[in-house]
Parts: sequence; C-alpha cells; structure tokens
Amino acid sequence: MTTTTRIERHHYDVVVIGAGGAGLRAAIEARLAGKKTAIISKSLFGKAHTVMAEGGAAAAMGNVNSRDNWQVHFRDTMRGGKFLNNFRMAELHAKESPQRIWELETYGALFDRTKDGKISQRNFGGHEYPRLAHVGDRTGLELIRTLQQKIVSLQQEDQREFGSYDARIRVFSETTITELLLDGDRVAGAFGYYRESGEFILFEAPAVVLATGGVGRSYKVTSNSWEYTGDGHALALRAGATLINMEFLQFHPTGMVWPPSVKGILVTESVRGDGGVLKNSEGKRFMFDYVPDVFRKQYAETEEEADRWYTDPDNNRRPPELLPRDEVARAINSEVKAGRGSPAGGVFLDIASRRSADEIRRRLPSMYHQFKELADVDITAEPMEVGPTCHYVMGGVEVDPDSGAAFGHVRGLFAAGEVSGGMHGSNRLGGNSLSDLLVFGKRAGGHAASYADGLTARPKVAVHEVEAAVETALAPLQRDTGENPYTLQQDLQAVMGDLVGIIRREGELADALVRLAELRERVAKVSAAGGRRYNPGWHLALDLRNMLVVSECTAKAALERQESRGGHTREDYPAMEPKWRQVNLVCALDGDTVQLTRKPLPKMRPELIGLFDRAELAKYLTDEELADFDALVADAGEADNR
Amino acid sequence: MSGKRQFRIWRGDESGGDLQDYMVEVNEGEVVLDVIHRLQATDAPDLACRWNCKAGKCGSCSMEINGKPRLGCMTRMSTFGDDETVTVTPLRTFPVIRDLVTDVSFNYEKARETPAFAPPADVAPGDYRMQQVDVERSQEFRKCIECFLCQTVCHVIRDHEENKQAFSGPRYFIRAAELDMHPLDARTDRKEYAQAEQGLGFCNITKCCTEVCPEHIKITDNGIIPMKERVVDRRYDPLVWLGSKIFRRGETPQTSVTTARQGSATPGSARGGLHSHAGGSHDSRAEAQAQSGVNWHREVPHPTAPAVDDRGKLPLTELTFDRAAAPSPFGDDVTFPLPPEHLNFAHPEQDNKH
Repeated sequence: MTTTTRIERHHYDVVVIGAGGAGLRAAIEARLAGKKTAIISKSLFGKAHTVMAEGGAAAAMGNVNSRDNWQVHFRDTMRGGKFLNNFRMAELHAKESPQRIWELETYGALFDRTKDGKISQRNFGGHEYPRLAHVGDRTGLELIRTLQQKIVSLQQEDQREFGSYDARIRVFSETTITELLLDGDRVAGAFGYYRESGEFILFEAPAVVLATGGVGRSYKVTSNSWEYTGDGHALALRAGATLINMEFLQFHPTGMVWPPSVKGILVTESVRGDGGVLKNSEGKRFMFDYVPDVFRKQYAETEEEADRWYTDPDNNRRPPELLPRDEVARAINSEVKAGRGSPAGGVFLDIASRRSADEIRRRLPSMYHQFKELADVDITAEPMEVGPTCHYVMGGVEVDPDSGAAFGHVRGLFAAGEVSGGMHGSNRLGGNSLSDLLVFGKRAGGHAASYADGLTARPKVAVHEVEAAVETALAPLQRDTGENPYTLQQDLQAVMGDLVGIIRREGELADALVRLAELRERVAKVSAAGGRRYNPGWHLALDLRNMLVVSECTAKAALERQESRGGHTREDYPAMEPKWRQVNLVCALDGDTVQLTRKPLPKMRPELIGLFDRAELAKYLTDEELADFDALVADAGEADNR
Repeated sequence: MSGKRQFRIWRGDESGGDLQDYMVEVNEGEVVLDVIHRLQATDAPDLACRWNCKAGKCGSCSMEINGKPRLGCMTRMSTFGDDETVTVTPLRTFPVIRDLVTDVSFNYEKARETPAFAPPADVAPGDYRMQQVDVERSQEFRKCIECFLCQTVCHVIRDHEENKQAFSGPRYFIRAAELDMHPLDARTDRKEYAQAEQGLGFCNITKCCTEVCPEHIKITDNGIIPMKERVVDRRYDPLVWLGSKIFRRGETPQTSVTTARQGSATPGSARGGLHSHAGGSHDSRAEAQAQSGVNWHREVPHPTAPAVDDRGKLPLTELTFDRAAAPSPFGDDVTFPLPPEHLNFAHPEQDNKH
C-alpha cells in the first residue's frame, strides 16, 4: 500500500500551519523576509475561527482616553491572568500591539473612528480604559479579511515580478497536517492530506510555525468550530515540544443556551459594556453579590453608581457585569446551581429594557441580526438566555517569548496565537487575543524566517517516517470493525464537559483520566466508512487522537493544580494560592503517555514589577516575594535620595 | 414540531450523482445544518458538507435549499411546513467535488485578480485619519463573509460557464466599490477597472445577489449601481467625447476597454461586424433588446468570444483597424445624441435637466 501511494511533494522555507490571524500574520512576515512560504488552512482561505471574534483588538493607542499607555495595558493583562502570565510576553504584547493595529490600516482595514478621525476604542471587561479597536461587532472578520487581502496583494507583487501568484507565498486550503517530520531534533517537514481529494502532501521545510488555534471541540458546549481539535498542541507534543498551562480553559460567561440553533454562540461582552445586565430568574441583578475582594476597589457597589459609569466613567466605578470573564462565568454557575437559573439552565442577559431598540441595533448590529435570523430572538425586545461556554484555551506550546520558538527538544518549530501558551496566564482578557495574534504572529514568522536563514544544511525527511505517517492516516479507512468516530467524539465531549468542565473536583478529574485511558484504546481502533474524497468521518477519525492527547494534558494538569485561579476552578481548593503562582505545569510526551512536570515561572524584571501597588501584589505574591519587592522599593528610594 | 422529517440530499461527485431520501429526527429550534450534522453522526457518516462557525459569520455552509442559495446554519427548520420535504443540493454555479461541497476556486482566482488596496504614499501608519461617515460606506461591503451565495445566484455565470472568464461577479464588484469608496485608497480607477476587467457591464441589475445576501448588503443599490452610473457618466460625458476627437489616442484621458489578460485572450479570427458595447454579443435579437431601453428582467445577451484579430488582440488602433478612422469609443452602432429611452441608467439629475 505505502509504496504505491502517491504523495505530492513541496519545498518551502517556512510552512505556517493555520490560516487564522496568527498564521496569516506569520506568513506575511516570513514572505516579507524573502522566504518561500506556505500557508496550510484546514478550511477555505478566510474562514478561520478568527472571524468569530466580535469585541475588538486591545491596543493602548490612547485614542479615546489619552491616559492609556502600554504600562497600563501590561498591568491589566497581568491582573487578568492572575500574575501567571509570562511577563515578557505580556510586556511585548502591550508595547507592540498599537503598531500592529496601525499596520492593518496600511493593509486596508477600516476600523470605526473617533470624532477626530482616529481609530475608535471601546470599553471591555478587565481593561482600565477604552482600548479595543473595533469594527461594529465583527472585528475578527475585518482582521482576517484584511490579512487575507494583504496576502493577495503580496501575491500580486510576485505575479508582476515572477509571473506567478504562488511564487513566494501559497495558500493550501482545505489541507490538514497530521504529522511533523524530524531530522534528529530539527524540523524537516510536515505531512498531511488534501481534504478534497484525500491525496497526501508532503512539505519539506526547515521551519514550521504552528498557528492552529485551540481545543474547544473536546467540549460539549463550545463556541469553537470543528477545526478546533488541538492539532497544533498535539503536533508539538509529538515533535518533542512541551505544553504549559493546559489546565486553564476559558469558559465564556455568556454563550447562548437557548434555542438550540444558537447554542454555544457567544454574546459579546460589549453587550455588557454597552449597558446589558445579568439577571436571575427572580429578576435580580446578581453580579453585585459576586465581586471578589481583589476587585472590590474598581467596581461599583450600587446599581445607581454602576449606571452612572456608562456616561461618566471618570467619576464612577464600573458595573460588576464587566468583571473578568472567569468571575462572571463562576457567578452564573453559582446562580444556576442555586436554582435561580433560566428554563434552559442559564441566566438572563437583558439589554432590551435598558437601551432603545434603535441604539441596540446601531451599537450591536451583527448581534441583533444574528439572533433575529438564527433563532428569531429579538434582543431589542426580550432578554437573552446565556450561560458558560467553552471558548478559549490559555495553555499551549511553551515558547520563547521573543521569538515564539518552541521549548523542549525540537528546533525549527515556532508557535503563535491560541496554540501558544504563557501570554494570557490563567485567564485571557477579552480583546487581548486579536492583538496577541498580530504581535506574536509577526514575531514567530520573522524568527522562523531568520532561523531558516541561519541553517547551513537543510534537514532531510526520512522515508520511513513518511511511510509511517501514510499508514497512520489510512488506518481508520482500512478497519471496519472499530467504532464510529462521531460516537467517540461525543463520548470524549461528555467526559471533558462533565468531569473537566468549568468547576472541577479531585474525584471527577481522577475519574476523567481513567475514562480518557479507555477512550484512548477505542480511538486507536476507530474506523471510518467511505473513501478518501472529502470524507468528514475519516477527517474526524484522524483528529480524534489529537483531541484525546490534549484532553489528557488538561485533565492531568487540572488534577495537579490544587488551587483556583483564572480559568481553573477547583471546588475542593477554592482559593488562589501564592505558592502555586510560582509554578507552571509543563506537559511533555514520553512514548505516548503524557508526563507532567513543575517548572518555576520566570521572575519579573524590577521596572515591571515596580508598576504595581504593593497592596495589589500582596494578593498574588508569597511573603518571600513581597520581601524582595520591599527591598527593591527601598533600593530605588535610596537611589532617588542619593 | 419534533419528529422525523423528510430530507432529499444530493449525493455524488463530479462524475454524477442523485438526490437521496433520508428520514431524520428534527428538534425544535434547529437549523438545516443541525440536521445535516445529525445525518453525519447517524445514517451518512461520509456526507460531505462544509461548515465552520455555525453562526452565520464565516460563510462556509453555503448550499441550495429547496432551490434557493442559503446558509445551512441560517435556515431555521421552523420556516418549512411540518410535512414539507427539504431538498438540499450543492451550489449550482461551481463544479461539485463531493455531495454538498463544490470547488469555489473561481472566487479566489477573481479575488487575486482584483487590485489590492493601495496605501497612500505620504501617510505613515498611525496617522490615518478618516471620518466615521466616510468609512461607513466601505464598511458595509466589508461585512461580506464570502459565502459566495451572490456568485452562485448570479445568472450571468449560473448556467453560463463561458462567461466566467470575463465576469468577476457581485462579490468582486463590491470589493471594487469598497476600494473606490475607501477614503484613503490611492488608486482612482476602481470603477473603470470594474467596467473594463471585471465585466461590470454584464450585470443588468436583477438584484438576485442582494436578495440572497445573508449579511443584507445592498450589493446592487449601494455597490453596483453607483459604479455603473459613474462609469457611464464618464463614458457619455461630452467633454470626454470631444477630448477623444481632439487628442491623439494615447494622450487622451481615456477609460479604455482592454482584454482582461492579454496573453490568455481567446484566440479567434477577426469577425468584423459591429464594434459594439451593448454586451458585445453580436446577437441581433439581444442587441435589439439591449437598445430598447430599461428592462431589468431582460435576458442577458448571449456572450460570444471577443472579435480579436489573429494576434489575439482587439483591433483598437487606427492602423490595424478594419475600417477608416478611429473607432468610436462608444461603439460603431451608437449614434449621438442618444435617445433618452435608450439609456439603461437614470442619472440622478436627469429629471432636473429635462
């Protein structure tokens, strides 16, 4: 079989796996560096999950409030991530995102404007100032279309220069990578198949950028599309790289729970930023009961003060509906558990009674239109039924903050966007992911290009590795005794949704690991009916092993971390524990079992930690760390006096 | 309304196929895509269908439902009668790959041919200043999710494979319109490009594209018609006409008609006959119809290969043209002044003038 299988071969300098915001930005950078670049897209070009991002892209441009700057953005990001973030990534992100946004305008993006013609910025949960560049509520679409069109314009340049659009940058749409190929510890290429024809394709390339997004398809209620099967996470593991923070998953607090046609679809936080409030079945605006001490100072205590904030943010504290996502998700979960939920098991998000129909339609056009069309729900007339939905994974490939190069024992592998870990710590602020894609996409693409430049000899793909990859890929089609991949996916989703969901317990996590081990046996024997041409059953069968290994990482790390922080809530350890803040949980693959190790967090540089109040740091740091901080402040004070 | 419902789904590939019947469980509040997913998980695991966001935002699950181009995720089951059979077929305008999946590469090729945004030379990143009211016109077109429903419904290419080379389709007309209306785009020839290279002239504004657009973009009213009007303005502008008589060719501020790709123009012998702008069809019946004034629902003139000479070029210069003197930029079949009833476009100020 293997000897007769036709394999299309391509040679590139940089192969970017994933065609969302991070992948496209990385590819643009690699191509601008003169590298021959391939973009692998699991869907059609321009359909990536980035289009779903509604709120905006956070960048401290200071267009709406001139007091905003990168230091404030950095502080908000660290605070949101509960200080578990890789500080260097948060710093680079805060410093570079304005340039990345402005750059998009030179590619043709049209953001909403302020009165003086600059890019408008809107309020968002966890951001101190209005900071999110946006286009109505379809910012992700604008971002992906802009990058897509920039790639087209680069292809037009190449067409003029070389007579071929594909001369230096080519998009392989509807193509899935199943395996990375190594030469020793160096990346030598990537192997996959065209979804359309089922034909195999081999890319020989010394540098690979992973930009495959997240893992949400392992959950029952998710806003993620079918593509989110953790491919990049699993490819990295199998290539010898490591994953960090896999226990941290963000459950978006307000996904629609009813009707079923829109179940899992997110209701953007800007509904709350623009005046929407959360109510339980008794009609009570319950968020005031759920403001944690850490945030007490910044949030209003009465409905009157909260309502004044929308028009006078300088003299009032913000409404508690704008608390970080994990707090809102937890509050909704508590209300539902206490029996005060909506009929479909969520709570009510009400903007209809608070803003005029005209204003809602103007400020939230696609939201209005989406629910009207999809579910015949008129958000200007009735409240929405919302609840927590699996939305984003903070964890991912452990990377060097500056270059995006993967840690572990592999060279030539880079990661950017949701598939990389560290930037968002234990919880991501809304709006930070779109700018994350741009900042680290550019960095990963650029560093992949210079890595390829620095090689004296190109790594070689070994024939037997390709043969093994072909065999693995064809196996589900050749078996007819195994289970249906859809059944296996549903079972996996049930395990993850029920046992490794938003609120976690030791017993359930241990149970989940047992069940995942059983699933592993069943997935190894999965069979897919039909042939190789555009066969979604076969595609799912191949994705399952990725979903499974990533789910194991999440369950193992969630069991290990005995505290609650950001996107990881343990009912048996409800408090945040400063000792755990010093620890990253690192997953690696040994054979095919997941190994978990603890690794200390890098220490924040003095000038960065100096940006915080001692009172705030006291909530996160251990006593020894606080003593260090005091010594630092004392030193600085003496230096000033001298 | 829960219960079994009758579905007919086209199964097959490029070599052929047919409609297959399925009885599927349908629950309250579901959309057509939910039902297709249930079929994949039960009776038809290898049923091919594109989808991504299931929220009407990515434009992947385009299909034809009871003959109408729709997004599967945006078509509620409650819009059908309880005993109504739902027939789902792939997009008709594009070649089938398998089942409901079609080869939409035509669209990506047209996207590649459309000149990209040209940034203003003297404005640094971060210094772009635009007013909201000015960006809104282009923003409407940037709402496009590229579902290609407007492309599949457009009758110029729906059953006319032969028109695909010369016609980019509504999606790319609004791309041209978007760039035309972009406050800082440095190129000024978007409309002329649309007319000359994208085949804007083929469009006779039946508005089918607007009707199927899931984003409710006013493709014709806000995109195509304003471009057509202004291209026509310039073409029928007496000053342009006078200029073309006074200046030598090449010096005129012209909006010339050229073939889209010089090298790949269909080779063919020069046909002589009329050098026409009324659809370039050489079909006297269609020509007559085109001349008979405003008729939005008339049949599209049957397209034919351009009257190129043996070098594959249109005989556009005086030296090589097959008759004396320069050809009229308006076509030899047009005499001036045009009778108003022959104009296919109503100029907004027309009524004031007469």
